[in-house]
Amino acid sequence: MILPALIIVLCLGGFAAWFVERRSPGDARLIALIALIIEAALLLWQYSGTGTVDILSSGMSPAWLADFNRPWIPRFGIGFHLAADGVSLLLIALTVLLGFMAVSSSWTEIKDRQGFFYFNLLTCLAGTVGVFLAVDLFLFFFFWELMIIPMYFLISIWGHENRTYAAIKFVIFTQVSSLLMLLAIVVLVLINHNRTGSFTFDYFNLQNAGIDSDAAFWLMLGFFIAFTVKLPAVPFHTWLPDAHTQAPTGGSVILAGVMLKTGAYGLFRFVIPLFPEASRQFAPIAMTLGVVSVLYAAIMAYAQTDLKRLIAYTSVSHMGFILLGIFSWNIFAMQGAVITMLAHGISAGALFMIAGSLQERLHTREMGRMGGLWSTLPRLSAFALFFAMASLGLPGLGNFIGEFLVLLGAFKVNILLTSAAALVLVLSPVYSLIIIQKAFHGPLQSQSFPADFNRRELTSLGLLVLVTAWLGLFPQGVLNVSAAGCKQIIQDQVAVAYP
Amino acid sequence: MNINQLVALAPIITLSAAAIAVMLAIAIRRNFILISGIAACGIIASLLVLGIAWQESPVQATSLIRIDEYALFFMALLLLTGLAVLGFCHDYFKNREGENEELPLLLLTALLGALVLVASSHFAAFFLGLEMLSISLFALISYPLNQTRSLEAAIKYLILSGASSAFLLMGMALIYSQSGELTFSGIGRFIEIRPAMNIMILSGVMLILAGVGFKLSLVPFHLWTPDVYQGAPAPITAFIATVSKGAVFVLLLRFFISTNSYAYTPLLTVFSAIAVLSIMGGNLLALLQTNVKRLLAYSSIAHMGYLLVAFIAGGSIAPALAVESVTFYLVAYFITTIGAFGVVSVLSISQAEAGEISLYRGLFWRKPWLAVIFTLMLLSLAGIPLTAGFIGKFYIFTSGADGRLWGLLLAVIAGSGLGLYYYLRIIVVMSMSIDVAENEPEASSNGWVSIVTLAVLSMLLVCFGIYPNYLVAIIQFVSYSAR
Repeated sequence: MILPALIIVLCLGGFAAWFVERRSPGDARLIALIALIIEAALLLWQYSGTGTVDILSSGMSPAWLADFNRPWIPRFGIGFHLAADGVSLLLIALTVLLGFMAVSSSWTEIKDRQGFFYFNLLTCLAGTVGVFLAVDLFLFFFFWELMIIPMYFLISIWGHENRTYAAIKFVIFTQVSSLLMLLAIVVLVLINHNRTGSFTFDYFNLQNAGIDSDAAFWLMLGFFIAFTVKLPAVPFHTWLPDAHTQAPTGGSVILAGVMLKTGAYGLFRFVIPLFPEASRQFAPIAMTLGVVSVLYAAIMAYAQTDLKRLIAYTSVSHMGFILLGIFSWNIFAMQGAVITMLAHGISAGALFMIAGSLQERLHTREMGRMGGLWSTLPRLSAFALFFAMASLGLPGLGNFIGEFLVLLGAFKVNILLTSAAALVLVLSPVYSLIIIQKAFHGPLQSQSFPADFNRRELTSLGLLVLVTAWLGLFPQGVLNVSAAGCKQIIQDQVAVAYP
Repeated sequence: MNINQLVALAPIITLSAAAIAVMLAIAIRRNFILISGIAACGIIASLLVLGIAWQESPVQATSLIRIDEYALFFMALLLLTGLAVLGFCHDYFKNREGENEELPLLLLTALLGALVLVASSHFAAFFLGLEMLSISLFALISYPLNQTRSLEAAIKYLILSGASSAFLLMGMALIYSQSGELTFSGIGRFIEIRPAMNIMILSGVMLILAGVGFKLSLVPFHLWTPDVYQGAPAPITAFIATVSKGAVFVLLLRFFISTNSYAYTPLLTVFSAIAVLSIMGGNLLALLQTNVKRLLAYSSIAHMGYLLVAFIAGGSIAPALAVESVTFYLVAYFITTIGAFGVVSVLSISQAEAGEISLYRGLFWRKPWLAVIFTLMLLSLAGIPLTAGFIGKFYIFTSGADGRLWGLLLAVIAGSGLGLYYYLRIIVVMSMSIDVAENEPEASSNGWVSIVTLAVLSMLLVCFGIYPNYLVAIIQFVSYSAR
């Protein structure tokens, strides 16, 4: 029962925050905080009591830790089926952690309509958690769509100057691509129906739907496009810089930290296990797209003057690594992709928080108008330096482990592409240092002397520093949790590739 | 006629009796609230009688009318819709000048026409029902006195509707000249023995298609739609968008299934072209609108296009699934459209309709509940989960994919993308902040009837979106009875 509770708690928290607004707007953020604390407690309970709390359905491999299955729409064999393995639990942990960060960074930034803001924030998180848990394709699609609308409101109501454009672009990109996925889901189910005579949307039943390779390719493409738009990879990335830049800080943190990971998770959980042969044939193209994203976005990041836009492009670049890792077909790259998801979620989230606090203090995101901040904002600048280093992949921090494992795994598969991707190790220091150089060093630009980080901001970012360092220094703990889930997917592939 | 048939016809008879009662009541005492009450009682009585008729069905009551579960289900849907529209009309007209008492009467006669339409199994009943519906609508559209727009809309509708009826009649005549049959089952037998289509039949069907296409406002027969939607009073627009279109679509589907006209594949090609044109045309033109009623008019054109996709799929998949899809989509579309126009009607004041999109600015902060309801309706139109519209869209995808209509489905996807843009634009405007200094428009005609109706509609919308099982079970049962 913990799995549905993980979703319900956030939804109820959202409604509570909305309704409390009328009485006292400031309480909404407290309610959001309480909901997240309950969520974290539930998650810890699930970790500690894995396997004993929820009993697995028969026939599920032991890589799965928890399972919850109830019929939902029996007419089409749709079930309310949630299941978690190590990877989904790690990603939910990331979601909760960044949920705290989003609340923390919105604490003073959001002054209008706080109740509705936290309602949207929490329901968006609930949708994301649902995406990480759903193993019924219909249910998955349901949550997939559900997380878009609250995010749309977050951007379009509390965003910056160009918010309407960014919000609508975000929704249209994700919505149209997800309709392609819906079509692919429906066709997959119909093919299975024609073969077996019964409707089912269940992930485990559809894994051996026995589709012919032609159909499999097109269906795989439907899923792949939906997920790479969300990831995003070149050429579907154009919504991202706009959405990230215009969103309020809390929204950017959730977008970059968590929502992009749903695309990666979808590739990992659905594309490869459902269409192993087709994705194997498609792997070179997918890996190429990944490498192109890595390099192109890194160069684009270098050219930005808007701090949030720059960070947004670095996200695209890091997501390219995940694409490369997932389609490399081995345990190293797969594990590396998982670590990159976590590490990038934290480092990008932190950078957006720093950009957000700078904007709150200086009312600009233009790096040209910052400059010399180190002397006035030493604590903030130190954190910025730390996360810029994390983002460029400094050994000892989480991102390094992820990228290293991805490159290690990918090298065995495609030397040329991996070497090309490794070039980013030159480019990423350039854009990371640009941030430090332009914004924090040099002559002091602004005449005002804004306050440095307060205790709340120090605690939040301090926590992220600890987690990043822990990921970098002791990655084995995380690798152990995700190993079974990754192995399961690799094994499925190997079984197909070498029957 | 035996007692069995009489019971089966009871819903129609009850509604006719209610219309007469309303007429007499007007003669005795002019009181809008009283008259609306009588009309509402009539509709409710008709709904109750429907339950009795359900036990008797299926019954072929005379050669004109066939009462089966399919007909009864849609009768119930239409009557409930009529009730909701009557509720909105009550609040919309209660404070207006003029003699509004005939409005419920006209609504009842229009409903009567729609009921006959969904139950008809004969060209004569088809035509009678359609004309009863249309003639009532002329008067309803132009009901507000001294408003040029309403008058213009009514005249436009009158002329075009008259022309389309002429097409329809000519088509029926051509088919009759070849087959010698006016009943659907007779035409079905004729098609069975003469599967090849001759030119007379083809032209007949095409002419009927033109007539029906006009009523459904499919591209290229859609030109009246935005003007009439804009000109008619908001509750009446809801009525045109749902009852008038829905009943005609239900009839079209029944005609195709019971005569097996799907055997004529060239027709399906024509329908496919019309569907793509409607989806793209409706959505593209909606992008340009700044008036919410016009925008919803174009969006309704697109929705009829989506509906056609499931209809066309009926040619290659099990008819029951096509009927099920169309039925679910229609139910979702009815709820959503009435809800959306209901919000427009609540916001309208006696001087002006709440058409211009600027009137909706900041609605989220001025009237949060109304804005939330409108947002839900728009999201349902866009097919976003948690709403019935999503399940409807899922049905369209399922039947379309089962029928392998890839091109049409791509059009649906492209259309949905465009659709999102203009639905979201309204939501954006509603969520914009307003200056406190801005002078509030005069308090609109808030009435408890509309509020209750809107609340019920939103509940249904979300219930069917999250837990559609009961509805799906009923619809599945109904769709197996369709023939």
